[in-house]
Amino acid sequence: MVLHILNKIFSVGVVTEPLPREEDSVLEQVGQQLQDAIGQRFQGSLAIRQVDAGSCNGCELEIHALNNPYYAIERFGVHFVASPRHADLLLVTGPVSRHMEEALKRVYAATPDPKLVIAVGDCGADGGEFGCSYASCGAVSRVIPVDAVIRGCPPTPMQLMRGILEAIGIATSD
Amino acid sequence: MSLAELRVALATEGLSASLDDACLNPAQVLTIASADWGDAARVAAATGWRWSALWGDDLGAQLRLSALLERRGTYALLRTEVPAQAPTLPSQAPYYPAADRPERHTQDMFGLRFAGHPDPRRWTRHQAWPATSHPLRKAFPAAGQAPQPTPGDYDYPFIRARGAAVHEIPVGPIHAGIIEPGHFRFQAVGEEVLNLEERLGYVHKGIEKIAEGRDAEGLLRLAERVSGDSVIAHGWAACMALERAAGIAIPPRAAALRAVLAERERIANHLGDIGAICNDVGFSFAQYQFTRLREDWLRENQRAFGHRLLREVLAPGGVRRDLEPEACVAMRRRCARLAAEAAEIVAILERSDSLEDRLMTTGRLAPEQAARLGCLGYVGKASGCTFDVRRDSPYPPYDQLEVRIPGYRAGDVAARAKVRAEEIQVSLALLGQLLERLPAGELATPWRARAAEGLGIVEGWRGETLAYVRLDATGRIARYFPRDPSWLNWPALELLIHDNIVPDFPVCNKSVNGSYSGHDL
Repeated sequence: MVLHILNKIFSVGVVTEPLPREEDSVLEQVGQQLQDAIGQRFQGSLAIRQVDAGSCNGCELEIHALNNPYYAIERFGVHFVASPRHADLLLVTGPVSRHMEEALKRVYAATPDPKLVIAVGDCGADGGEFGCSYASCGAVSRVIPVDAVIRGCPPTPMQLMRGILEAIGIATSD
Repeated sequence: MSLAELRVALATEGLSASLDDACLNPAQVLTIASADWGDAARVAAATGWRWSALWGDDLGAQLRLSALLERRGTYALLRTEVPAQAPTLPSQAPYYPAADRPERHTQDMFGLRFAGHPDPRRWTRHQAWPATSHPLRKAFPAAGQAPQPTPGDYDYPFIRARGAAVHEIPVGPIHAGIIEPGHFRFQAVGEEVLNLEERLGYVHKGIEKIAEGRDAEGLLRLAERVSGDSVIAHGWAACMALERAAGIAIPPRAAALRAVLAERERIANHLGDIGAICNDVGFSFAQYQFTRLREDWLRENQRAFGHRLLREVLAPGGVRRDLEPEACVAMRRRCARLAAEAAEIVAILERSDSLEDRLMTTGRLAPEQAARLGCLGYVGKASGCTFDVRRDSPYPPYDQLEVRIPGYRAGDVAARAKVRAEEIQVSLALLGQLLERLPAGELATPWRARAAEGLGIVEGWRGETLAYVRLDATGRIARYFPRDPSWLNWPALELLIHDNIVPDFPVCNKSVNGSYSGHDL
């Protein structure tokens, strides 16, 4: 059993990309900034609490992908935590459904200061395809303060990574 | 054949059921007197019909209700009308547990009372609109009332267990992982689950309402976002409904390409699910291997179709993107490689004693329970309900293909994982056949709208997925109703968790993997 597993692990090898091939120079820059920023401001460890406030689940699928062996975002010092009380940053997808409005506010309140909020996806940014209605508050920023936005429907893991790096960079240079 | 039997059975009971000339393909329409609505369900249930869906439609002075039934691949649509003022209809839920939540959804959205419903508590409605108004009535403004903060839904009357050793565990709406929101209320003794009650509706986004007034393209954009993992399932169902309403046939090449997309979506989701199921019992080797294979697969989606989750590839009337012959050859090569790799990893999983210990007999859904609930997709197939639209009520191009359907009766987490593993291989074989002989020809038939209604039914990766569409005189959407298979599978989770321990809930939930967004709408 163990031999089969080891055999598979070694035959696949390491697929983690040093830095994603496309847009190499930009990413190398931002990747370096990220590690620097996390090093300076978060003691080398950035804790993210992801909150689905009404998403179609498309954004969640791509946020999940950040943990697959290709992106392996933990190597930059980023990890996802189970409670907002442990989080430095909230990654919020939208649109914010009215049925999630109160829960999102309570998550925000439970996250210790200082905190960052990134609205993820076109729906998180401006309500996207769902807009504002009897059932939807629209953009995340209509419910809690937002520091940065990552657009896309859904944003790819690459876009998510860059967006997180940039948000940290902006916050650090403040 | 079986529809005639149903009419005879109804007539024997003295129930009126007239067969409409206009059928709503693939269903034939039986108009039922409103007073007979519940009895018709009793007769249908006794004669082996499966309950599939219910939707309402505000026609002005009347509300029209449609209930879809299926037996051996034949679809029957029961229809009735009730006055829009203080409407009441006998409930079908006493005969079909599957009708329970759909009727409560209809009650909340239309203000229709279902007499004799065993559990008439609100379902989709939390606190975003009052009990006295109903969003799917045409008079209800899509924008709602003046925006003000929506309070939390704190007073929902959950079922409580009493006793010295009983404790209650509230979970959610926000969970500990990167997953959709919903509330689970456990009544437990020690670690053992006595009762689980689901409370969903948190991601209700008003999809049915905001569909009104859209054109075909706009509807498709919305359909592709009903559930993020079911872009093709809901997109294709909506397109099929639109095309049947408009009376246009899609070119054979478009049908084949849609099947390529649908099978790719099935494989991507199954890869993710098998890894996640193993991860929920601490077997991270499988998680890393399967997330790697899934990432390879999504990158090929991006290269071949321009989107990792296959958005904006479908079009009303066909598809937007073609596959060049070289791309087909390359894709077939990757299919063969994935088939070999998936088989190799699954063989390793099957040799693991610790996985067997955690997954077998865990979260068991008996075949009788699954049949009673009308469970679909891998949940049904793991518990003896092997209905699959591709095989049993085939639509192009599946009418030209043989689709092998895996089936088990164990009904445990292991069986639901095995169905997925086998479906990956079946889908890869189908992809091979489809890509080998893509029919030549156009990618789309020009779209033209007309005032009509249509029904689309496809086998999404979660199971039978349907869409009902009614177009008005201007060709705009007057009614859109998408029914995700999760409506039929969520209730199964409440049953299969019985006598399991609370720490096994995540793996049980993952093995069902209901869509919250596709259910809450």
